[in-house]
Amino acid sequence: MIGSVSSITYESVASVLQVLLIVVLGPLLVGFMAKVKARAEGRIGAPVTQVLRDLRKLLTKERLHARHASVVLALAPLVIVGATTVAVAISPLVTTRPLLGQSADILVIVYLLLTGSVASALAGLDAGTAFGGMGSSRAMTIGALSEPALLVAVIALSIQSGTSNLPGIVSATMNHPDWVSGPSRLLALVALVIVVIAETGRLPVDNPSTHLELTMIHEAMVLEYAGPELALVTLGAAMRLGLLFALISNLFFPWGIARNFSYVALLVGSAALVAKTIVIALGIALVEIRSAKLRLFRLPELLAGGFVLSVLAVITGLVTR
Amino acid sequence: MDVGSCNGCELEIASVLGPHYDVQRFGTRLVASPRHADGLLVTGVVTHNMAGPLRQTMAALPNPHLIVACGDCAVNGGIFKEAQGVSSLLGDVVSIDVNIPGCPPHPAAIVEALRSLTGR
Amino acid sequence: MTLLLWGLACCALAAAAASLPSTYRLGVTTTLGAVGCALALGASLDTLLRGSVATVHTARLLPMFGLTLSLDPLGALFVLAAAFVGFACCIYCVGYARDEMRSRSALALLMTFIFALLAVPIAASIVSFLFSWELMAVSSMLLILTDQRHSRDARSASLWYGVMTQLGAASILLGFLLLTTHGGGQSFADLRHHASMLSPTLRSFAFALTLLGFASKAGAVPLHVWLPKAHPEAPSPVSALMSSAMVALGVYGIIRVGVDLLGGGTVWWWVAVASFGAVSALYGALHATTATDVKRLLAYSTIDILGLVLVGVGAAGALVDTGHLGVGELALTAALLLVLAHAGFKGALFLAAGSVERSTGTRNLDRLGGLIHTMPFTAGMFALGACSIMAVPTLSGFSSEWLLLQGLLHGFRDQSTPTLIVMLAGVVALALTGGLTAVAFVKAFGIGFLGQARSRGALDSFDAPPTMKVAMAILVVPSFVIGLVPGLVVPLVERAARVGQAPIPSSPVLHGIGLGLSHFRGAIEPTVLLVAFVVVILLLLAFSRGLANRKARRVDAWGCGRDVQTSRMQYTATSFAEPLQRVFSDVLRPQTDVEVTHVAESRYYEQSLRYRNRVSDALEQHGYRPLIDATLSIGRAARRLQNGSVHRYLAFGFVALLVVLVVLA
Repeated sequence: MIGSVSSITYESVASVLQVLLIVVLGPLLVGFMAKVKARAEGRIGAPVTQVLRDLRKLLTKERLHARHASVVLALAPLVIVGATTVAVAISPLVTTRPLLGQSADILVIVYLLLTGSVASALAGLDAGTAFGGMGSSRAMTIGALSEPALLVAVIALSIQSGTSNLPGIVSATMNHPDWVSGPSRLLALVALVIVVIAETGRLPVDNPSTHLELTMIHEAMVLEYAGPELALVTLGAAMRLGLLFALISNLFFPWGIARNFSYVALLVGSAALVAKTIVIALGIALVEIRSAKLRLFRLPELLAGGFVLSVLAVITGLVTR
Repeated sequence: MDVGSCNGCELEIASVLGPHYDVQRFGTRLVASPRHADGLLVTGVVTHNMAGPLRQTMAALPNPHLIVACGDCAVNGGIFKEAQGVSSLLGDVVSIDVNIPGCPPHPAAIVEALRSLTGR
Repeated sequence: MTLLLWGLACCALAAAAASLPSTYRLGVTTTLGAVGCALALGASLDTLLRGSVATVHTARLLPMFGLTLSLDPLGALFVLAAAFVGFACCIYCVGYARDEMRSRSALALLMTFIFALLAVPIAASIVSFLFSWELMAVSSMLLILTDQRHSRDARSASLWYGVMTQLGAASILLGFLLLTTHGGGQSFADLRHHASMLSPTLRSFAFALTLLGFASKAGAVPLHVWLPKAHPEAPSPVSALMSSAMVALGVYGIIRVGVDLLGGGTVWWWVAVASFGAVSALYGALHATTATDVKRLLAYSTIDILGLVLVGVGAAGALVDTGHLGVGELALTAALLLVLAHAGFKGALFLAAGSVERSTGTRNLDRLGGLIHTMPFTAGMFALGACSIMAVPTLSGFSSEWLLLQGLLHGFRDQSTPTLIVMLAGVVALALTGGLTAVAFVKAFGIGFLGQARSRGALDSFDAPPTMKVAMAILVVPSFVIGLVPGLVVPLVERAARVGQAPIPSSPVLHGIGLGLSHFRGAIEPTVLLVAFVVVILLLLAFSRGLANRKARRVDAWGCGRDVQTSRMQYTATSFAEPLQRVFSDVLRPQTDVEVTHVAESRYYEQSLRYRNRVSDALEQHGYRPLIDATLSIGRAARRLQNGSVHRYLAFGFVALLVVLVVLA
């Protein structure tokens, strides 16, 4: 963290801006995808700001804890949002110089997200109900199968860029525009899209608007939460979605991101981020419209396919070096 | 929650959630667990078998909450008022905030009642 | 060195003290053992800080060849791990030992085991090495039998362990003997000197033989079969020592023979080591996800982590062989750091599992639950160990895995095919095992400690006595130290990794508080991350409590309005792992039995149904058991030669003598 005071101020401002942006943008993206799906169904659908309204309402409600639950149930929402916030603050979303950007390693981000998943899975098991256990079991299984693909796909990018530091990968991509259309990058992109669909619980992996417990994966883990804790868990899931969309957009098409110490560039970077994530959200919403939820035991085939694609991305990257 | 209805009201509720009436644009949606809910939409008379589950569901709702009685059966017993298997009327067990009369109520009436709750 | 010798003497004295009457026995033995371990700890830290090498030779203690001991940084690292865990285990025993474990034989064997664990890394001649190796094997084999009155499987576990470790020792002996073919002494210094005179084929053979023995000790698949049997059956402090220190000595042996004595070798040696490692990591992680016995789960996860260590060692060897010395040292440093981290958190996990077994009477996760309310301290220690092994950032597992990933990543700069294969296999293994380990430990902690109690034993459980609590807390400390300030620990590990290598101009890892690479771009600062995390949590707490400002209301769990919600309605460990078991059923080969009893009057009605689902080790079922059956049938066939006739036996002897004379001529 060496640098003049002004650079630390800039980095802090940038990180705080990133966090606030994702806190607002994440729920908006969720609402946007729901709106697109509703329009495709011929309905008008809930407004795009519905999730934000729900969060505000939930903060005013009562907090309920199950009788057999322990401190894990109360701590888990804090850990989920905390881990995701730290990941958002240090990732290269609006600028290539966020606070603690040197620690923004791919392994750090992936394992911070994993910490969030583990916390929500433990909370699901804590209440001592069948639904919680089911949700935890399924969520951890999908996580175990999708996390390797995520790691290997970004490692393919790391090998090409020569570093596993995320701002480093972003800077290297901006310095070599010809990398964008390389075969290894395209394979990694497809693998990452599959992983992001799995990690954010979208169709065809999980139906975010289902009411049937047997078809739930993420919902089943949060059935015991009420009030402010439910708000935190929902916010955590939305921030995770925002972070993953933002990372895909910046790792593959980083143009627009701020590279120097200018505050105007931060605003440009934010606008670029919003635009890019809306495009990705639109794409994924269109995929959701066209697909039905896969049977739980067919999911490993999809995720294994994603993993194979990411390994192919690494091999192609080595061969075409 | 269906505490003992003939499913007529449920069909109307289903159409309220569908593309034609689309109550989601006014900010209401169906959730999977009473912990996530602000209110309970109840249909039917309280039967013996559903009295316990109704109590459990009420206990699982976080405060503040609302109860909406949908259909004549929930409001005042309707045609099943004196039937065998009926334990009590809904109004005797919980305090109802909004009544939606009708057997079954028109989907537009249901939408109006829900809009009065969300204010949109 | 003298400090370490005093430490060894204390442990030997402790073993002798086991003959005291029972009032003093436990206290005196464990105190002497703890003092011995503390002295050894001090000696090893001193060597690592100064990077010195000290040798001692005495012709008296062992017949013919004498005892040669040498403490260098590599050995000191493994002495550090063994002494640290040994210290905690001695304290743990005070509260844990009951009945059989308080007996003279059990305590004497425990102290002998600790003695041997401290002696193996400093042995500097073939005879001293094998003497301490055998001492370690025999004492642990007998220790597994401590609970044989309560456990049916203890005897078979001990037998499997004994046979496999002896076969491994025979293989190691053969390998060492090959190294002495061209004369010279049997001390490691002589072997090092003469290794360059041996032909490459001979060196490869020697390495392969010793690799088989050491890989079996380190739990490399397919030679791992003894591990999931022996670790659950042994008493918990013994399991902790075995998993933390003993299996690490397998890795020590590979590094000592391959890197130090033989000075590298072809790249294919290290491809073999890394392949063993990658396969073990995946196999161990998979079986850990489906194990329902908590100690068996921990044993399989030991196989998993040691697999990753072997990947690191293989990558280091391959890189050094192709000339990338800096990245090679980075990979070896990462592997050794992972060994240290593993010693800490695996020891803590096993001690916590021992506390659970002591208070609930069972190790079966399907019969536990709700322990966080009755045993909060043990639950906390288990949670910290589990978070560490799942590589939650700011704990030790994460720092070591990050360093290992950096070593593999920057090893991709090399262009030769064997190295690329090693790097790719390593990266794939690291990625896959991360998610699977998370499933295994969410299962272990969530089903075992959270929710409602599933059996009487779990309901009536109680927390551990103070000595056991102190021991668990001691072993959790390295998770924080290596996790938060890895930059202070890495210089010590680097000195251990430099053994037998040509010196390189600058160290690949920057020296600071966090970790940073000096030649490539990459760094992590765990302390700062932790501060950021805590700040965010406090802000969230203030925000959500400030706005809400209410205490939570306790209500029954939401069960869809059912009136009855029992503990049997929860998920069990088997059901938690069932989706993964289905996905990987080809590797796991679960055996499902369904027995249906029909009603007498009609086949269409069922009276009772019995369903059994077992995941046993597939390699054992389909690999070892056929081999054992074949050997037994050969033995039975050979028995027909023994018909009691002395004439036939004399004829056999005569023929054998003729054959030997012909061959010698």
